[in-house]
Amino acid sequence: MEKYLKEFATEQKELIHILHKTQAEYGYISPEVITAISKHLKISESEIYGVLTFYKAFSLEPRGEHIVTVCMGTACHVRGGPQVAEEMERKLNIKVGQTTADNKFTLETVNCLGCCAIGPVVVVDGKYYSQITVKKIDGILKDYKE
Amino acid sequence: MEKITNPEQLNEWKEEILSRRPQYKKTIVVSSGTCGQASGSLPVIDALDEELEKRRLKDTVGVEITGCHGFCELEPNIIIYPEEIFYGKLEPKDIPEIVERTVFGDEVLDSYTYKEPQTGKKSAFQKDIPFYGKQMRLLTGNNFRIDPRSIEDYVRLDGYQALTKVLFDKTSEEVILEIENSGLRGRGGGGFPTGRKWAICRKAKSDEKYVICNADEGDPGAYMDRSLLEGNPHSVIEGMIIGAYAIGATEGYIYVRMEYPLAVKHLMIALEKATQYGFLGKSIMGSEFHFNIHLVEGAGAFVSGEETSLMASIEGKRAFPRQRPPFPAQKGLWGKPTNINNVETWANVPLIINRGADWYSKVGTKKSKGTKIFSLVGKINNTGLVEVPMGITLREIIYDIGGGIKDNKKFKAVQTGGPSGGCIPVEKLDLPIDYDTLAKAGSIMGSGGMIVMDEDTCMVDVARYFLNFTQEESCGKCVPCRIGTKQMVNILTRITEGGGEEGDIKRLKDLSKTIKTGSLCGLGQTAPNPVLTTLRYFRKEYETHIREKSCPALVCKALISYYIEPDKCVGCLLCLKSCPVDAISGERKKVHVIDQDLCIKCGACFDVCPPKVTAVSKYTGKKRKSILKKDSLKRAKR
Repeated sequence: MEKYLKEFATEQKELIHILHKTQAEYGYISPEVITAISKHLKISESEIYGVLTFYKAFSLEPRGEHIVTVCMGTACHVRGGPQVAEEMERKLNIKVGQTTADNKFTLETVNCLGCCAIGPVVVVDGKYYSQITVKKIDGILKDYKE
Repeated sequence: MEKITNPEQLNEWKEEILSRRPQYKKTIVVSSGTCGQASGSLPVIDALDEELEKRRLKDTVGVEITGCHGFCELEPNIIIYPEEIFYGKLEPKDIPEIVERTVFGDEVLDSYTYKEPQTGKKSAFQKDIPFYGKQMRLLTGNNFRIDPRSIEDYVRLDGYQALTKVLFDKTSEEVILEIENSGLRGRGGGGFPTGRKWAICRKAKSDEKYVICNADEGDPGAYMDRSLLEGNPHSVIEGMIIGAYAIGATEGYIYVRMEYPLAVKHLMIALEKATQYGFLGKSIMGSEFHFNIHLVEGAGAFVSGEETSLMASIEGKRAFPRQRPPFPAQKGLWGKPTNINNVETWANVPLIINRGADWYSKVGTKKSKGTKIFSLVGKINNTGLVEVPMGITLREIIYDIGGGIKDNKKFKAVQTGGPSGGCIPVEKLDLPIDYDTLAKAGSIMGSGGMIVMDEDTCMVDVARYFLNFTQEESCGKCVPCRIGTKQMVNILTRITEGGGEEGDIKRLKDLSKTIKTGSLCGLGQTAPNPVLTTLRYFRKEYETHIREKSCPALVCKALISYYIEPDKCVGCLLCLKSCPVDAISGERKKVHVIDQDLCIKCGACFDVCPPKVTAVSKYTGKKRKSILKKDSLKRAKR
């Protein structure tokens, strides 16, 4: 861990950058990592905790193998985004923000992805699916279930 | 080419790029921003490559990959030059035919050309498409011509010429004066005169100063900045360097939201190239001016778009806003004077320097100059990004450019300014749009989101959506915003769920007043706007929800029921199969019935019922009650 942190400067402005890299690398921010960052940047663990829970990008718990994101922007909202999110919850049997018991899927929402013309939009692991209706959800999830 | 160390070298480089440019007989330009890629532009590009290779046309036909062309509805789309033939909604399987008949055979293929939704009229050429006709694409025009990953493409189209002019011919004061004279106002929402902002920061005394580009475009339904960053990142960078020179800043930051991965990627490439060729770094273009730009990725907090929060976030802290004054121009990033402008504002700067304040100030209205990019989305036929001169009317945008409302429905309202803005009703369609007229109508220009709503949109639901949004995004620092918005959401939710009470409207108004006056930053100060404007223009809809427990737009789930009309149902099993909770019973060729107790009102049956049949209806109010009664009676009999 110390080795991994070495490539970052020791100023507080690096904090969010470090958290981004850690989140991408490990899928979540563990207590051990918080301690290591605290030593590296010389700021308290509580401050780091405060910052990382403030932003949606970071998670304190491991996330699923596949991240399913449903867009909740205004354009998606008026075209049926909430129904898509609800159906996703039913199909995965979890609520938004949760991970399935087999660790396959984490369900999230996002405020707007800025591709409003093709809404409602669902993104799985960075792949965009456009004009999603309740009917299309099974087909999307099927690709990732195996 | 190595680092540019004087203006002549830039011109030589430009000439060299132009002379090296292959002279193709035809060039196919593919729109490939986020929308394009999400709709499948990458396989189309592969198919083009393959087909041209197969036919040995690679030497005579070029393929150029650019950012967003703005017409998101028709992604992925291509333009074939020199004729400027526009084909939309393409798939890889269409490519062989297009190459064979249009590229090789010069024939226009009707099946891929744009068809006007209302008249059915077809337009083969880009210039004839009404969507582009009334636009004035000063900032987004180059999106058709630039591969955003190539600095050569930007230089070829006079890129970094404005910077040359500024560094070698103008003093800082002259640059500021030029921007002031142009009449440019901040495009992020506030509309503060840009030149004046720069002048204040210029005057502040400090050993270090910063400029920031606010690319935390968080308003849902707005993506103008994304398209500029993805499609023409160097124009924003050049604007920032000019601003830094005018103000006397040595470091710059671009704070871009993480939800825009392609914009981040293109910015990183652009910053690297700009540094490599000497437009950033020490002694820019051989002058005595030094300036660097750092890229900071956001982390998913809407409040980061507020300027003081954004600076806290760059510093590695929670994105909490702080009291102003002192304004960032006096005490900003790390306590140093800082000038912060939005992406679109920065992109206007090279344009003004290149073509002059006199020319620029002729575009637009008396107090709002230049063009504005809007993202025209929602229930509109031609969804996309439109760049129009200030002063154009809403009607022109929605009907002439936007092609009217989807499925020939009735227009109800247009929402501008995101969660800080408001809904503008049909009576105001002829309003010429600028900062001041929109404010008068109770909304704001905002960053440029324009969400069109039709008769099927419930205004109470929309107000609840926005309040819920700001409530979730409230950072929690100020009590009126943190608790007040929560109370407003509770009341609005209750109204949409049939629990509205007399006095709710007054309660909403009172809370709005407290939140607006008692909050520190723009988020809280504007959060009640969606409720206030819908109350101003659509009060009756609130009253119907509260008094009659009815949702006239048939949206609020708790107030509607789905019902299969026995005389219309043909027994096709479609709805039965689509129901996620098996609430529909029936057999082939027999009338289907919805079990009202099981129904979760997801609307799947309504969506799948064939347009020729339309047997699934939605009911609210008295009609709904009688249906529910009939339904329970039937069940009791059974």
